Amino acid sequence: MIPDHRRHPGYLAFLAHRLSGLALALFLPFHFLFLATAIEGEAALDGALAWTENPLAKFAEWGLVTLLALHLALGLRVLALEFLPWRGTLRLWVGLGGGAALAVGFLFLVALAA
Amino acid sequence: MADAGTADGPVLDVRIWRGTEKGAFVRYEVPARANQTVLDVVTWVQRHREPDLAYRFACRVGVCGSCAMTVNGRPRWTCRTHVKRLPAHRPLVLEPLRNLPRIRDLVCDLEPFFARWERAGGRFVPTATRRDPLPRIAPDSTARRAVDAGIECINCAVCHAACDVLAWRPEYLGPAPLNRAWTLVNDIRHGAREEVLDRTSGDAGCHACHSQASCSEFCPVGLAPTAAIAGLKRASLWRLLGGSRA
Repeated sequence: MIPDHRRHPGYLAFLAHRLSGLALALFLPFHFLFLATAIEGEAALDGALAWTENPLAKFAEWGLVTLLALHLALGLRVLALEFLPWRGTLRLWVGLGGGAALAVGFLFLVALAA
Repeated sequence: MADAGTADGPVLDVRIWRGTEKGAFVRYEVPARANQTVLDVVTWVQRHREPDLAYRFACRVGVCGSCAMTVNGRPRWTCRTHVKRLPAHRPLVLEPLRNLPRIRDLVCDLEPFFARWERAGGRFVPTATRRDPLPRIAPDSTARRAVDAGIECINCAVCHAACDVLAWRPEYLGPAPLNRAWTLVNDIRHGAREEVLDRTSGDAGCHACHSQASCSEFCPVGLAPTAAIAGLKRASLWRLLGGSRA
């Protein structure tokens, strides 16, 4: 339950940026463990790659790409609001950032289905 | 308007914080009117139910900012908040502003707010006397526009109450003092612009802001302290890189 004073685009953008960043940080060790299978030989890596073909891994992959896009878009929002001159509210930027991330996630989903 | 102090007819379900840091919400039934501000509701409760209810107000028309309270979880000027614009399905919940010590009921102590103002170097330091000619400042210059964008702050502390960084880090200067600091950094008449940057660039200064923009979201005057804080961040960065924007 989000308290009333936090229910606005700026705070939600902050929250999404922070949580997506934490989720990506948690993913990274697993990513490196996965890549490390290459050291154990071609068969080990191929086995790991074959595992990613299961639907659950595909779903996780989609989530990962969407989170990455979200983190990138909202990170650009922070850079823009700190380095560009702006006036008024930042609702449009939050909407654009979130929209761009969802679009990337959707495109990835389409690419997976194709 | 005749008002016998009774609650016949449609009523509002109002919960008001009574007490200091320790206390409880007390429920009141207040007659609903066609045109009624939250400040009208508080005044009705004091006049007809609780003569010792403590709250602040002065102008009643959105000029002084002294009637700021937390209305349904959001910091607002109660004189500019119409009851009919609030969700009808929820009780009207009134508390003092967040992030400030509570004195009693709806009144909080603003001293820590103004102490931050001083800490940020918010006091104007003149560089000329009344006998000197007035400095010429181009109205469309970047600096003058930056001052214009933040100068209308009336210190109501709504941004202070809205800021979560202040709730997490009590030593943080907060949006209003940093907004004031940015207007002084851009004021060529101010005699301590570098000092203002020194005071606001520290650990508890502008760089502690997470750009959540709650201050800008709730500012009743429509200012954007987030933009002012971003300006201070840029100015301190340029200074670190060897330039000076002050």
